[in-house]
Amino acid sequence: MAAKALLVLEDGTIFEGKPFGAPARSHGEVVFSTAMTGYQEMLTDPSFAGQVLVLTYPLAGNYGINRETVESKRIQVRGLIVHETCNLPSHWASDMTLHEYLASQDIPAIASVDTRALTRRLRTSGVMMGAITSDERIDAALARLRSVPSYGDTDLVREVTTDEPYEWERSSAAHRHIVVVDSGVKYNILRLLSDRGCRLTTVPAITSSEEVLSLKPDGIVFSPGPGDPAFLDYQVATIKSLIGKAPILGICLGHQVLGRAFGASTFKLKFGHRGANHPVNDVATGRVHITSQNHGYAVDSDRLSSDIEVSQVHLNDGTCEGLRHRTEPVISIQYHSEASPGPLDNVYVFDRFLEIIEKFEPTKGSAS
Amino acid sequence: MSKPSRVLIIGSGPIVIGQAAEFDYSGSQACRSLREEGVHTVLVNSNPATIMTDEGIADTIYIEPLTVDIISRIIERERPDGLLPTLGGQTGLNLAVALADSGVLDCFDMRSLGTPIETIRAAEDRELFRDLLISIGEPVPESEIVTELDHARSVAKRIGLPTVVRPAYTLGGTGGGIAHTFDELEHVSRGGLAASPIHQVLLERSLLGWKEIEYEVMRDGADNCITVCNMENIDPMGVHTGDSIVVAPSQTLSDKEYQMLRSASLKIIRALGIEGGCNIQFALAPRREIAEWEPGAGGRPPYYVIEVNPRVSRSSALASKATGYPIARVAAKIAVGKTLDQIPNRVTGKTTAAFEPALDYCVVKIPRWPFDKFPLGERCTGTQMKATGEVMAIDRSFEAALGKAVRSLEFGSRSLLWEDPAWRDIDPRDYVGIPTDERLWAVLASLRRGATPEELSQMSGVDPWFLHKLNAIVRMEGRLLAESLTPDLLREAKRLGLPDTDIGTLADRLPEQVRYLREEWGVLPVYKMVDTCAAEFEAETPYFYSTYDSENEAIALAGQKALVVGSGPIRIGQGIEFDYSAVHAAWALQEAGVAAIIANSNPETVSTDFDTSDRLYFEPLDEEGIRDLLGNETTNGTGPPSIVQFGGQTAINLAWPLARANQPILGSSAEAIDIAEDRSRFEELLQRLGIPQPPGAAVNAVEHALSTAQLIGYPVLVRPSYVLGGRAMEIVQNPRDLIRYVTNAVEIAAGKPILIDKYLEGIEAEVDAICDGQQTLIPGVMEHIERAGVHSGDSLAVYPAIGLHPDEVEKMIDYTARLGPALGVKGLMNVQYVIMRPEPKRPDGPPSDVYVLEVNPRASRTVPFLSKVTGVPMVRLAVQVMLGKTLADLGYEPGLWPRQNLFAVKAPVFSMSKLIGVDTHLGPEMKSTGEVMGVDHTFEAALAKALTAADMSLPRKGSILLSLADSTKPEALGLIRDLAAAGYRLCATAGTAAMIRAMDLKVEQVPKRIARRPGYRDAARRLRNSPRGR
Repeated sequence: MAAKALLVLEDGTIFEGKPFGAPARSHGEVVFSTAMTGYQEMLTDPSFAGQVLVLTYPLAGNYGINRETVESKRIQVRGLIVHETCNLPSHWASDMTLHEYLASQDIPAIASVDTRALTRRLRTSGVMMGAITSDERIDAALARLRSVPSYGDTDLVREVTTDEPYEWERSSAAHRHIVVVDSGVKYNILRLLSDRGCRLTTVPAITSSEEVLSLKPDGIVFSPGPGDPAFLDYQVATIKSLIGKAPILGICLGHQVLGRAFGASTFKLKFGHRGANHPVNDVATGRVHITSQNHGYAVDSDRLSSDIEVSQVHLNDGTCEGLRHRTEPVISIQYHSEASPGPLDNVYVFDRFLEIIEKFEPTKGSAS
Repeated sequence: MSKPSRVLIIGSGPIVIGQAAEFDYSGSQACRSLREEGVHTVLVNSNPATIMTDEGIADTIYIEPLTVDIISRIIERERPDGLLPTLGGQTGLNLAVALADSGVLDCFDMRSLGTPIETIRAAEDRELFRDLLISIGEPVPESEIVTELDHARSVAKRIGLPTVVRPAYTLGGTGGGIAHTFDELEHVSRGGLAASPIHQVLLERSLLGWKEIEYEVMRDGADNCITVCNMENIDPMGVHTGDSIVVAPSQTLSDKEYQMLRSASLKIIRALGIEGGCNIQFALAPRREIAEWEPGAGGRPPYYVIEVNPRVSRSSALASKATGYPIARVAAKIAVGKTLDQIPNRVTGKTTAAFEPALDYCVVKIPRWPFDKFPLGERCTGTQMKATGEVMAIDRSFEAALGKAVRSLEFGSRSLLWEDPAWRDIDPRDYVGIPTDERLWAVLASLRRGATPEELSQMSGVDPWFLHKLNAIVRMEGRLLAESLTPDLLREAKRLGLPDTDIGTLADRLPEQVRYLREEWGVLPVYKMVDTCAAEFEAETPYFYSTYDSENEAIALAGQKALVVGSGPIRIGQGIEFDYSAVHAAWALQEAGVAAIIANSNPETVSTDFDTSDRLYFEPLDEEGIRDLLGNETTNGTGPPSIVQFGGQTAINLAWPLARANQPILGSSAEAIDIAEDRSRFEELLQRLGIPQPPGAAVNAVEHALSTAQLIGYPVLVRPSYVLGGRAMEIVQNPRDLIRYVTNAVEIAAGKPILIDKYLEGIEAEVDAICDGQQTLIPGVMEHIERAGVHSGDSLAVYPAIGLHPDEVEKMIDYTARLGPALGVKGLMNVQYVIMRPEPKRPDGPPSDVYVLEVNPRASRTVPFLSKVTGVPMVRLAVQVMLGKTLADLGYEPGLWPRQNLFAVKAPVFSMSKLIGVDTHLGPEMKSTGEVMGVDHTFEAALAKALTAADMSLPRKGSILLSLADSTKPEALGLIRDLAAAGYRLCATAGTAAMIRAMDLKVEQVPKRIARRPGYRDAARRLRNSPRGR
C-alpha cells in the first residue's frame, strides 16, 4: 500500500495521511460526525451514501467490527477519514478490524489526518466534495472531482433503496403490520418495531400509495435516507394521497419529504447535524431530549400548511426537528429515534406511533 | 419550586486522602454560579487554603469547624432557606444528614437543594440502595446469606463463580475470601462459617477483573437528563477508582455497551430524584463467557451497578476538566430551579447546558500516590484509596496522553523508561498481577522483556487494548535505540508522547539536542482547544492542550501577558495552598491589565478552570512542556515572562531551565533563587549580612558528610537541596545513620548536594514577606507550637506569635528586611527561624539567638492563612511588585504589618489511617495532607476551634499511651501530672512506665509491639511528640 494518501477538497485544501482500507480512489461529499462510539453503525447507515465520513473522535476501530452491528447490508460511506485507526482491536464480540472490514468492501480510508483541522474547515466553509487518492497528482484528483456529479446532483435514494419488497424477521406475536418505505432505512428501525410486536414489510422508495395501501398497513413509516429531499417529489405525491388512510411516521429524510408534502421547502444546512449529542426541545412539554442525528438538509417551516405544526425544535439552531398534523395521524421527526449509534432516549417515538395506530383503528374501519 | 434566597453551602474541610482540592473547585464554582442567580450564599469551611473561603466568592464566609453544633449556630444566625449539601464531598453529605437527623433543617424551615436527604440515605445505605436498584430493574451483584455448608454450593451455582465469601461479624472480613472453583468454595465457606460468631456467611458474585466504567450524569427539576461523559478505569474492578488510571471517554466499549450503561445511568438518577450531578459506577463484563449476551440479541444485561455518588465528586471534577462542561456550576444553578436549557454553555456562548459534550481527544488521569514520602508504606492499591491527588493529560492519542500524564506526576526522574533496580533479578511480570503504584512500569518492563499484551492482560485484568498501546510505546523505544534519528521517526515518537528526555536517552542525545533537532526539523507541538463540541461550533474557550498535529489553534495572545506556572498534583508538602496562590497571581495580573496565562496539570483545582485565566494550557509542568508553550506564545522573538513563585517547588525548579533558555522570569531572578537554595552561596550571604544560621554545609559524598557532622556535632538535620515539604529530611543521631542516609539520598537528589545542618532544638517561627527589591513588608509572624525538627507544615502555627519576646520578633523582622533586598527578592519570600533562648529568659537578660533555617524566595504554604488572617492581599502585592511597582507605590509601609485583633491557629490534618505501614511519627519530613484554621478573640478559643476542625481534640476521658525518648522525659513530667489529674488512665512503654511509677502515679505497662499499632501511635502523637528521628 502507498505510504501516503490524500484527501483533496474541492476548494483545493489538501489533508495528508496514511491509507488504509481498500487501496482505491474515491470521492464524495465530505461530512463530519461528532459521535464518539458507533463507527460501524455509521459506516453502514445508508444516510451516509455518497459521502466521505470524517470522525471527530480521534481513535477509531478500538473495539473492532462485529457482524451483527450493521444498519444495512453493506458499508454505505464512500470513504472514511480518521485521526487514528486501531489494528489491534479489543472486544469479545469483535470479528475483524476496521481496516479489514473496509478493505473487504472496497472502501478506502485515510488515517493520521488532523481531523480537527478538517472539521474546522468544513464548519467554516461548509461541507464540500472531496477526493481520496493515493496514486494521483493533486491537480489530477481535483480534475476528477470536477468531472464527477456533485453530491446534490444525484438522487442517492435510488442507490440505497431495496429493489424488491421484503419482510423483516417475522415475529409470530406480531399484531400490527407496518409498511416501511425504504429510502435508506436503518435496520434498527425494523428491529425496534419488530420488538414492539410489528410485522414489517419494507418496500422500495418509489412504491406508489396504491401499492402501499394494497399491503393493508396499520401504519406507514417513511424512512431516513441520503441526499436532497427535493429529488423525492415522487414520495411527496405518495404521502399526500396516504394522509388519513393510515398513521404515518416520517423519520429524517422521511420527515423532510413530509414537510414538503405540507408546503414547506427544504434547505441545505452549512455542515449538517451529525452526531449523538443533539438537544431537541419538545414544544408541547418543554422537555429536552438528547438525540442522534445525521442529516444535511432541514425543513423550512415558514411556509408550512396550517394543518401541521412544528412539534420539536433543535435547541442549538432552532431548526425544525419534528412535525405533527393537527387532525390526521401524521407525525415526523428529523432525528434518529432508532439511535444506533447514539442515545436510546427517543425510542419512545415508536411507542407513540403505535399508540396513534391504536387510536386510529375505528376511523380506519369506517374508511375502508 | 420557588427559588431560595439564602443558601448555605458546606465545604469539605481539610484536604485528606479521598477528599482533595476538587471540592474547592466545585464549591467556588457553585458560589459564583449562585451569586449570578441573585442568591445570597453563606459558606462554611474550616480550610483556609481555599479559593472558596476568599472574600468575594461567597457573600458570607465562615471559617469554622465543620460540626453539627457549629453549623446549627450559623444557621440560627444566618437563617438560610436552603442547604446545598452536594458540593462538599462526603463531609458535606454526612453533615447534611446529621443536620436533618438533629431536626435543625426542619426547625429552621430549610430545604435540602438538589439532592433530597432521603436520596442521600438511600445511596449511602447498602440495603436501601440495593432495594431501590432492584425495584427499577437495575442489576446489582447477586448475593445470598448462607448458614449451612450444603446450601453454599447451590447458591454459588445460581450467582456464579467466582464467589466472594464474607463471614458475618468478623473484624475486617477475617475468614472470608474468593472462591474460583466449587472445591475452593466449600473450603472457604467452611472456614467462613467457622469464623463467624453467628455461623453465617454472605455469598456474593465476585466482579474482580470486570471493567469498571463511570458515568457523570446531570438532571434538572424538569426531569431533563444528560450524561456529561463516561470514563473507563484501566485498572479493572478491585482497585478504587481514585487509585485507578482512568481514561475518558471509554475506549473499549462498543456503542451498544456505551448506550446501555448510559440509559441505566439516566434511569438511576431519575429514580433517585437527584436535581444536579451524580456519579454512577458500573462493572461491565469483559469477556463473552461472562457476558452471556450478544449485541441486539438481548439476554441478561452484562453489567452491575456498583456505586452511586449523589453529589459532585472527584470524578465530576475530572469530567468537568476532561470535557469543559462545568458540572458544579450547572449543578448549583439546577439546585435553585434552573433547567438545563436555561443555562448557557459558556464555552460556545451560543448553545446551552442541555447537550452532551463531544470529545475529540483522549484524556488520561493518573493518581499521585504518597509512597515517595512513605517508602515503607503498603503500596498495594485496593478498595481503600491512597492517592493524595491526581494529574490529567489531554492528547489526540492514548499513548501521548498517558506519556504526558506520567511527566505530570513529577516523580523526579521516573519517566516511562524507569525500572525498579530489583527487576534486574526478579521478573517484572511478578509485579503485574498485583495492583500497586508501580504496576504501569512493571507492565512496560515486562513488554520490554518480550511479554505479550495478551499474557499481561490475563495477569492484570487490564483490557488488551491498553496493553497493545503500551506495547506501541515500547516498540518505539526499540526503534529509537536501533535506528538513526530522522525527522519522520522523531515526529512519530512525539506523536506517541515520548518526551525529549526519553528520546535523548534512547537515541543517545542530550534533551537539549533533541529540542534543537525538533526546532530544526519543525517537529513542534500545536495546541488544540477543549471546546465541548469537537469543533462543531466556534468556541471562545481559552483552554488548550498540546499535540503533534498540523493545525495550531492557540495563536499567541496579543499585548502584555505573563505565564503563571501552577503547582501540579496535590501531594504531601505541596497542597492546595499553592493553587490558591497561582489563582490569585492570575487575577492580580488581570487587575494590572496583563493577560494571565496559566499552565497546570491538576484537574482538581480552581487554577485549571478555563475562566480563571485568559488562557489555560493543560500541560505537564516540566521544562519541555513549559518551553514549548512559551515558544507558542512567542511573538517577535520574545516569549511572555514566567512567574515561578506561586507554584511551589514545581514552579521554582523551572527557574533555572527557563533562565538557561533565555526565557524571562518575572520577580526574583533565577540567581536569587539559586543563592537561597545553594548552601555555600547562602552561607556566604548570611556571613556578609551578619545573620546567624545553624552551622552546616552542602555535601556530595559520604566522607564529606561524615567530616561535616563531626565538626558541627550530632544530632544533625540532613536533607536534599531543591525539594519541598521536607522530602527525605531527617534528624540523624550518629555516623552509621548518616552513611545510610547519604547513600540513599544520592538517588533521590539526582546530582544535587545534600545539606547537613546542626539540629537546633529551639522554638521555630516563620515569616512571610513581600519585598520590592528595596523594602520589605512582613504581614505577620507565625510561631510553631511544636519545636524545631517537626516540619513546619506539620506544626500547629499561631498568629500572632504570642509566645515570642519582642527582641526575638524584632530580630526576625530585621533579618527578613535585610535578607530580601540582599537576595534580590522581588515578590514573596518565606523565612524559617529557630530561636535559642537563654534559660531563664529575663527582660533584662541576654537576648535570644535567632538563626535562619532557610529562605524560600517564593510563596509558601502559609500565604492563604496569613492573607486571610491579616487582610494583606499578599499575592496581589507580590505580583504588583514583580510588575515594577514599589511597596510605597502600593501604599504599604515596610516592616511588620500591624497586629490584628484576633488569634488564629493553623492545624495540620493527617490521613494516616488510609495508609498502612506508614510511620505516623512526626519529624522533619512533612506528613500532613491538609490544614484547618481556627480563629477567635482568644488564643485558647482559636486553638480549640483548630483542634476540633482537625479532629485532633483529646477525648474527655480514656487512656493515654506515653512512649517517650529519654531526653524528653524530664520536660514531660508536668504534662503527665496534669493528664493524671484530669482523670486519664495512663499507659506507657517500659521506660516511660518506670518513670511514671517513680512519680507515684498509676500506670499500665504495654509492650512496644502493641504500641506500634497505628491507633496507639496516633493517640500517642497527639499527646507528645519528640522529634528525635529514629
